[in-house]
Amino acid sequence: MLGQQVTVATAEAGPDKGLRRRWRLGEKFIEGWIFLAGLLAIVVLLGIIALLLKEGLPIFLDTPPWEFFFGTKWYPVSEPPTFGIMPFFVSTLWVTLVATAISVPVGVACATYLAEVAPDKVRETVKPIIELLAGIPSVVMGFIGLMLLSPLVQSTFNLNTGLCGLSAGIMLALMSLPIIVSVSEDALRAVPDQFRQASYALGATRWETIIHVSIPAALSGITAAVMLGVGRAIGETMTVLMVAGGALATPVSPTEPMMPMTAAIASGIGNAVRGGLQYQALFAIGLVLFILTLAVNVIADRVLERQRRKFAR
Amino acid sequence: MFTNPAKKWFILPAAVFLVAVIALAGCPGTTGGEDGLSGSFSIIGSNTVTPLSSVWAEEFMKVNPGVSIAVSGPGSGAGIASLINGTTDICQASRLIKQKEIEQAQANGVEPYEIQVATDALSVVVNPSNPVSELTIVQLSAIYTNQITNWKEVGGNDAPIVVISRDTNSGTHVFFKEHVVQMASLPSEDTSLEYGSKVLFLPSTKEGVDEVARNTNAIFYPGLGYVTGAVKPLAIKATADTPGVLPSVETALDGSYPIARPLLFYTNGEPASAIKAFIDYCLSAEGQAKVSEVGYVPLP
Repeated sequence: MLGQQVTVATAEAGPDKGLRRRWRLGEKFIEGWIFLAGLLAIVVLLGIIALLLKEGLPIFLDTPPWEFFFGTKWYPVSEPPTFGIMPFFVSTLWVTLVATAISVPVGVACATYLAEVAPDKVRETVKPIIELLAGIPSVVMGFIGLMLLSPLVQSTFNLNTGLCGLSAGIMLALMSLPIIVSVSEDALRAVPDQFRQASYALGATRWETIIHVSIPAALSGITAAVMLGVGRAIGETMTVLMVAGGALATPVSPTEPMMPMTAAIASGIGNAVRGGLQYQALFAIGLVLFILTLAVNVIADRVLERQRRKFAR
Repeated sequence: MFTNPAKKWFILPAAVFLVAVIALAGCPGTTGGEDGLSGSFSIIGSNTVTPLSSVWAEEFMKVNPGVSIAVSGPGSGAGIASLINGTTDICQASRLIKQKEIEQAQANGVEPYEIQVATDALSVVVNPSNPVSELTIVQLSAIYTNQITNWKEVGGNDAPIVVISRDTNSGTHVFFKEHVVQMASLPSEDTSLEYGSKVLFLPSTKEGVDEVARNTNAIFYPGLGYVTGAVKPLAIKATADTPGVLPSVETALDGSYPIARPLLFYTNGEPASAIKAFIDYCLSAEGQAKVSEVGYVPLP
């Protein structure tokens, strides 16, 4: 393209030679820009890991790791402060468990319907709408949980307060649903049609085909979808901060008020003086959270890759 | 998932535009009027003081259009941390700065300067349908340390108490812990007491008041400015023999309400120029009139 004679009709364009030089310069500039953008993503990731390690690890000089991970008392503003993150860790597990228990059956069923049963027209309308659900800001989900869901949960389960892990888990289920539906549906649609044809040819019904052929064939993709949804539930902050209730006791059931790790960081970090003990402890929680979500995402990625290779055409 | 190939040409110019906007937004505020005050500063800190400083900031900016003030209320602890880290000009607080925090500030080259701007009667509220109408400080302490867990133990219905507190960012959290949970100023003072592990820590005062309005068994401690008709303030008895006193401007001023506290501004050194003008306005008769309007107690 650069070697060709470029003719430009607009009045403000300069002579051809200058224009060509500008083109070349522009292209160099854009190439460099894209390269830098690509590099930036990696630099930022490494920077985040380095920062978490640098700010978080010093807490173990003050609080030994076993006390930090298995301690059940978190009093950051007392003298002397104690940092035990067991209640937060258990809370995160409860909330994620509730979210997964709701979103996985519903999400996979919805994906199966869209991929295997629904006519094209329905699928083309419904899938983008479900994906739009992913775009609702988490603070709005928090409001909905606070105003609509928590009174409902309180009266349904006859609890002292509706601000509890169960309410937070239900809201998180709604938030991870779009990811699970979207990725599972893609996985089911990637199953070659010959599989289904062969199943029908053997006399299987549509239900038998779905249960015994389509879902097993797409299982690795569905697993990846579930892992991505779980990752979303673990990392979500605003909604759990508003809805989970924020009690410091180690919860023994999801119907108790609790404070997951993300909420603990969000509610404490404003108060923490840079470099202070509480600051370090919160960064160490961040490190735990980062490792947890990273592990979930890496597993999801591996499984998804296997699915892709299975049906590579 | 959502990328439309036809729109791709749009991304680069949009990104450049965004970067430019962010860069421009990052520039310091332009100097405004020729004769009046100009500049911009931020007030960060107490959730309790926020309604008051917002009104002050609005009124001040109306008179001085060259000045822009940003108010935010993550909590007193957060405000003092911002002051120490040098990220705010004024810190609003509903508790006194601690000696340890002063040391941290000085280590960062910040000299905290304290100005009391109003007083608050820290109210304890319950749901209007709750028959309990007064509590002693000792009972409150027992409730917040989870030693009393049922309303019938303090003369109410046979129902579990849902205990609500602000999170550790809040100056109210710290003030309430020292003066009620640990019973400072009472002979039974015990500084080893902490909030019980069943206490709900909520991120804002508004959320706590909303929960009490909804939940018949809840109890919470907002500033006087947050008390609405949807919740019932309790009369507080300093000891079992003294009469219960309801929180109000009058009872806070005459000293009969046991848990009144100062609302403060902290600056780095003595304030100057626009910040000084703003604080002078807050302390003026006009500014103090706003204090009663918002629901707090003006300075004597």
